[in-house]
Order: sequence, then C-alpha cells, then structure tokens
Amino acid sequence: MAKNIWVFCEQRDGEIQSVALELLGVARALAQTTNEKVCAMLLGHNVLDKANELVAYGADVVYVVDDERLAQFVTEPYAQAAFSVIKKYEPNVLLIGATSIGRDLAPRLSARLHTGLTADCTKLDIDQSGKLFMTRPAFGGNLYATITCPNHRPQMSTVRPGVMKKLSPDTCKNGEIVVEYVQWDDDKFKVKVLKEIKESKCDTDIEKAKLLVAVGRGVKDVEPARELACALKGALASSRALVDAGVTSQHTQVGQTGKTVRPEAYIAFGISGAIQHIAGMEESEFIVAVNTDKNAPIFKIANLGIVSDASQVIKEMNKIL
Amino acid sequence: MAEYKHVLFEQMIKDFAQNEVKPLAQEVDELERFPEETVEKMAKLGLLGIIVPKEYGGAGGNYYMYIQAVEEISKVCATTGVILSAHTSLCVAPILEYGTADQKKKYLPLLARGESLGAFALTEPNAGTDASNQCTVAVEKDDHYLVNGSKIFITNAGYASTFIVITVTGMTPKGPEMTAFIMDRDLEGFSVGKHEKKMGIRGSSTCELIFENVKVPKENMLGKRGEGFKIAMKTLDGGRVGIAAQALGIAEGALDATVEYVKSRKQFGKPISAFQNTQFVLADLATKIAAAKCLVNVATDAKQNKYSSLSVAAAQAKLFAAETAMEVTTKAVQLHGGYGYTREYAVERMMRDAKITEIYEGTSEVQRMVISGALLKK
Amino acid sequence: MKIAVCIKQVPNTTEIKIDPVTNTLKRDGVPSIINPDDKAALEAALNLKDKCGAQVVALTMGPQQAEKALREALAMGADEAYIMSDKAFAGSDTLATSTIIAAGLAKLNPDVIFCGRQAIDGDTAQVGPQIAEHLGIPQITYAAQIDYDQDRQALIVKRQFEDRYQMLEVSGKCLITVLSSLAKPRYMNVWDVVNQDLKEINVITRADIEVSSEHIGLGGSPTKVDSTAAKQFDKKIETFELDPTAAAQAIVDALKQRHLI
Repeated sequence: MAKNIWVFCEQRDGEIQSVALELLGVARALAQTTNEKVCAMLLGHNVLDKANELVAYGADVVYVVDDERLAQFVTEPYAQAAFSVIKKYEPNVLLIGATSIGRDLAPRLSARLHTGLTADCTKLDIDQSGKLFMTRPAFGGNLYATITCPNHRPQMSTVRPGVMKKLSPDTCKNGEIVVEYVQWDDDKFKVKVLKEIKESKCDTDIEKAKLLVAVGRGVKDVEPARELACALKGALASSRALVDAGVTSQHTQVGQTGKTVRPEAYIAFGISGAIQHIAGMEESEFIVAVNTDKNAPIFKIANLGIVSDASQVIKEMNKIL
Repeated sequence: MAEYKHVLFEQMIKDFAQNEVKPLAQEVDELERFPEETVEKMAKLGLLGIIVPKEYGGAGGNYYMYIQAVEEISKVCATTGVILSAHTSLCVAPILEYGTADQKKKYLPLLARGESLGAFALTEPNAGTDASNQCTVAVEKDDHYLVNGSKIFITNAGYASTFIVITVTGMTPKGPEMTAFIMDRDLEGFSVGKHEKKMGIRGSSTCELIFENVKVPKENMLGKRGEGFKIAMKTLDGGRVGIAAQALGIAEGALDATVEYVKSRKQFGKPISAFQNTQFVLADLATKIAAAKCLVNVATDAKQNKYSSLSVAAAQAKLFAAETAMEVTTKAVQLHGGYGYTREYAVERMMRDAKITEIYEGTSEVQRMVISGALLKK
Repeated sequence: MKIAVCIKQVPNTTEIKIDPVTNTLKRDGVPSIINPDDKAALEAALNLKDKCGAQVVALTMGPQQAEKALREALAMGADEAYIMSDKAFAGSDTLATSTIIAAGLAKLNPDVIFCGRQAIDGDTAQVGPQIAEHLGIPQITYAAQIDYDQDRQALIVKRQFEDRYQMLEVSGKCLITVLSSLAKPRYMNVWDVVNQDLKEINVITRADIEVSSEHIGLGGSPTKVDSTAAKQFDKKIETFELDPTAAAQAIVDALKQRHLI
C-alpha cells in the first residue's frame, strides 16, 4: 500500500533549493496527521553530502540517486530516476516545488505513473486516511479550488515557492540515508545540452528581499523609488503596468504572471491593486498602500492605507531617511 | 456555413489600430510626419489591397472591411485613416472599375502589396468646388499624350508612385472634354511641388503636382477619352464613403476619450460625469454618432453592391458624418475644459482633424448640392 | 516539416472582475481569446514556416465555439485546423485531456509539436509534458527561442530557468512548450482572413481516436475538484487621508515600530 509523504528535493549545482526545504516543512505537518514518515528524494551528481541538510530540515529518510546523468537538469534522466524510486517505494504523497524544473518533471512523471497532479498549490491539508486536499488559485487568482486525487497514488502536487514555511534546522535529528541505483535506458535521451549559462539576476531579488518598495502606474518617476528601496535596504518591485510600459524590468514584476512574494513589509506606491497583482503579494506580513484613489482595491488588503500622492510621499520619505 | 471573416477582420483591425497606429498619432501630428512605417505595416497585412481581387494579388475582401478599416484607424489617427482612404478609394478603385486588363495586371498587384502608394489628382488652383474648370492639358501626339499644368492639395502626393490624373483633352459645346490618365511618379517632367502645412491631419502628405511636357503613353489612359469627368465624379462618390468613415471614426474616438475623461475628472467633489449637463451632451453625441454610422452603412452597402443610389447615399453619409465629427470633437474639447485645449489630450488634435472632413472630397456645400440636385431632378 | 500547434481558447482572465457585493466572478461578456502562450507557440511555428517552409497545423480541444480560435490561427497563416470535440471529453483533468490530445496528434503524425507553456485560465503547465509522455517523445519546456539548424536537421532551443538557461539540441520528434516572451504573435492578415472561410475545420470525435474510456472525461480523470471558494480579504485595515509629509512620517514610524528599519 502507498505510504509516506515524499518530497522531490530540487538542487541546482549541488545546492539544495529553498523550496525543497519549505516542502519538507509542510510534509512534516502532513506526516504528523497521518502518522507517516517524511521521505526526501534527492537526484543529482555529487550530492550525497547534502542529504544531512534534508534530514535537519525534517526528512526521516533520504533516497539519493547520484549519477553523472543527473549533473544538469534534463527531463528524461530525471524522470527515469524519479520513476524508478517511486515505483519501488510507492509514496502516498509526492510534493514537488513549482519551479521551472518541478513543473517540467512533475507532469511528465504523473503521466508515466498514470496519476493525478495538481499544479502550483498554495495550501495543503490531509485527513487521517491520508487523503490530500490541494488548494490552488484558479481563474487568474479570482477563485481558490481545492483538488483531490482519490483513487490514484501517489497524490502529486507542485507547490508554489515561498508559500510554505521551512522548519528551523535541527542538526541533532537522526535520519536514514539510502542510495538508490537506476536501470538507465540511455536510448531515450534525445535532448542534448549544448551549453548551460548562469544568468546574473537583476540587482536585487524581490523574492528574497525582506522589504519591497513596489511601484505602479501612479508613480511618475521610478528613480526616487529605487533610491528609497536602497535606503530601506529592500528591493524595488513593480506592477505589470510598468513592466508592460517598459519602465521596470520583468524581474521586478509581482503578481499572477510575475512573482509571488511575502516580504516582511510591502509598500505599494500608486498601485491600484488589480486582483492579479494582489495574488502575488497578499501574503506579505505588513502591507502599506499609498494611492490617490481612496476606492482603490489595494486598500482592502493593506494594514496601513494612506490616501496621498505616491510620488510626493516617496520624495518625502527620501528626505526623512 | 457561417462566415468568420468579418468577426476576425474586426478583431484584427482593432488590435492593429490600438497597438500600431495609436502610439504614433500624437507624434505624427506634432512633427507633421508621414507615418511611413505604419504604411509599410499596413501593406504587409494586406490592408492596402483589401478590395483588390486575389488574381491581382489582393486579399479579395470587400468594401465593408475596407470601410471598417478606415473607421477603426481614424478613431485613433485620422492622418493614417486618410492615407488608406485616398489610396484605396481614389486610386485602387478607379483602376479596378475603369482599368483595362493590362492596366489592372500592371498596377493592382503593386498597389495591393503596397509597393506603390496611390493618389488622385483633380483639384487645381482655380478648380476646387468648380471641378470642371480644369487647366491641366493633355495633347495627343504619336503614341502618347503630352501633359502640361499643375494640381494642388493632392493627398499622399509626396509618397505615392501611382497617380490618377484628370486632364483636359479638348473642348466640346458642353464644356471641356476631360480624360483620366494613370501616371507613374518617375515620368520625365512630372514633379511633386510644395508641401502644404495644414491645420489637421498634419502627418498626411498634401502637395502640388507639376507637369512639364510629361509624355504619358496612350495605354495609360483610364477609361475612354472624354470620360474623365464622369470617372472623377464616380470615384469621388466612392471616396466620400471613405471620408464619411474617417469622420465617423474621429467622432467615435473623441467620444471614447471624453467618456473616459469625465469619469475620472472631478470638480465640486464628484466626477463631472455625475452632472446632468455632461450626461445629456454625451447622450446627444452618442445618438448622432449612431445615426452617422447608419448612413455610412447604407452608403457602404450601395458601394459594395453597385447601387445607383450611391451618389446620394455617399453625399448624405459624408455630410452628416463630417458635421457630426465637428460637433462631437468641439463638445469633447468643451467637456475637457482647459485640458482639452492643450496638446496633452487627443481631443485637441481630433477637433483640428475633424474640420477637413467637411472640406475635402467635396465640401459640405457640395454634398448638399448633390443631395438636393437628385431631389429636384425628379 | 509538419508542425502541430496545440491551442486553447480561454476567457480573457485579465477582464474578469469580482462582484463587490456577492463576491463572485463576473464572467458575463468576458471575451474568449487564444491563450497567450499558445499564440506565441503558433508564432514560433509560423516563423519556422517562413524560414524553412514547414506545414503548420493547429489543433484544439473544446466545445464547438472554440472553432473561432482555430479560425484566428488560420487567419494568422496556419495551413490546417482540427478541433477535438465530444461530450465524452467533457470534464477531463489535465491527464485525461493530454490523453485525448495525444491520441488526436497521433493521427496527424507531426514531426514537431508546439504548445504554450501554460493557459491563463488554469495555469497548470501540465498538458504539454503529459502529451509528450503519452506519445513517448522528448519534451523541452520553457522555450525562449527556437531555431532550426538545416545542416544538423535539428532544433536548437533556448530553455529558460529562473537563474540560467540551457541551449538544447533535439533531432527527431519532440514537443516544445513555448514562453509568451519567445515571440510577439503576428497580426492576422487580410489575405488569410478572407481565405480561412474557404477552409474546413476538421472535427475529431471520440469515435475517431483509440483511447480507453477509463482514461478520458470526468470519469477518467484522477483529480477531482473538491470545492471552490472566492478569495476572501480579511486583513485589518486602517486608511488615512494625509498630505505627503505626514504620510511619509506615518510610514516611517510604522516601519520603525515593527523594527523593519
């Protein structure tokens, strides 16, 4: 019978990705309810030494496939490795980070396993029988849908990065590390990597920043806002309107089609708060909104709302700081 | 089977106008710049050959599509609207209707693909509303006609390569014998003169044409000798539907901009759309626009189906649409208040653009002459 | 080269608004469009057609009204169009949908399949890779650039990740999912707008494909919708009208109070 809560632990260049640790955190909570184990699956090359990190963050068992075929992410070798381990252990639940790797691998695997997959979940619950309730935004974030997969195992879900909380690492925790070997079908490897180039991200990563100064259509000049973001040791974020207008770069876009952020403070200047934008930032701990239109929807979710001219307020804040 | 072409065409032309034409409108006006890049894009999408049959490289569309194109484009930029209208109604259409098989084969593919832009030359310094008072003379000589004279206010002149030119080839007891020719820009002795500086549609190229001993091959005669005046008048009947659509587009564009403005502009603590004056003015303007649209539809029907009612229908459509455009844009500026008088807001440009629709391709007075003439002839 | 492009007709979600009173979706009058990523996939295919003479076939699964999306694809320059429509397909989740579409594609036997990365009404990004698995062909997702290398008879694809990209080479059959940033879709053109009315939309029904009924439709879908809920906003709200100086001070004070500066 299918059992245990599994997490596909994404690594890049041997570095465990934050989303993997977040998923171990939620897996821990789910396993508590069902009284099962948290199992981590780690695929890569020269990654065995990273298994302890996964234990510290909540894994009871770490299954490792360490092979040079997995040095770079390519769908088929990763799918073969994951498939072979899953077939052997038959997990009840398999969680995968909804990254550009997870969202490539997960659907491929689900079709190979012939099981259901729910994309980009923001909330997970489980009942004592082990039935998983996967909640995700639908219709551009206007609705939430809760999805189940009653008759197929594993119950698969990709989970949005930045939504689940990781546990504090416990380096004293014990865990089992199991090395797995795969019967490779090399003939199926049709995609060749010619090169892989790392890109330097924009100046500041809005997903990691603790404070975001976000600007929208109501801000005439972006430079003072950038200055303010610097002074507050945060990053500059923006609404889609400014990205579309070519004023700010795509890296800064928050929302349904941009990034989801949950900084400790989100200061929205001149952003009216379209539902698509709110979908990407409403989980922020503390939201400040400045807008001239007192009926702007952003005020409905702001902890502190100020009806005022956003450009002027930015200027005044720069003076104070 | 249901036809999808009109649904798809509407979507296409609206997208094109919003994304490609609108962003340039202010600059084209401000700098009096002919939007060459837009004309190139229109050519690539087949918009310059909508009514040209497929066998001549055109899209094989119809007048409904062409008229909708002029309307949608004029909503955002009247300059671009008239470029398309003059090209299609005043150059492509007469060649299509009066051209020989050879002329069609030679000119229509070039015009349809936009390798050549079209223009039409009737007006002269002393032949405006009195169009028959022509001085440009074509004298038959061997295998050609020798053309001398000049034309003014010719739309597209600076960028066109194919011109329909109306000339005088002799005298008859009833008046001058007039004949139409298709002339290539590169003919020796044919030059484009002074560029007019205008109040509106400032990006369109309006110039004079000068003919100094231009040898036009006989095979370039459009229609028969002596049919020039008829061809000119029939061509203008068709052209007026295009200008009516342009006027309608300007009016719609101005109303759209105004509706948006009055909802956001606040005075006395509420949006000015909350005042009854605003509401009633908008209601009247919307109603007149709807009426103008009906008249344009009737005229388009007549053009598409070659009804004999075209002349009156086109005159009525142009008369009413042009005067509606003038009224709508004037009141749009008024509702915008001081801002409407500045170049920050599009209605200022639209008001200047609207005025020409009451003047070219027959003034409003000429339209009244056409309409009443038909009435009283009965 | 025969390129099949999978497209989906979707409601334009950017125009969906919430009724502030009932807190439900206002979907009336929301126009249907070709999913933006799919339109980019179509553009990528038409681009290859322009460069090396491919045949472009558009395929969609959906109700009869989805014909309009295919008509639009034809008006942009696609050569043929297929609609997979049948009551038996209704209620399919991504796995069942991919099973159906894969069966339809198998009949068309294309060399290459292009899909959009994800649809704006579902945002799952799952159907493309699932189709590839059913057909047993390799996949490349998140394509930011696609070129055809004539000499090597291979597609060269730039595959985008959050922090890097790969240049990938694939020869033989494959499925590629395309980012909307890959290409700005062309406009329809008047020639093809007129021409498409002369073309048939080919219909593929349940009877035309070989799949087990256990794998399609609502009954053949492993995932079930348990419940839906409208978004709730329940934050504590304080709104003040302040002049810029006072506003700036209020924000700075609030941030200080929370030890954020």
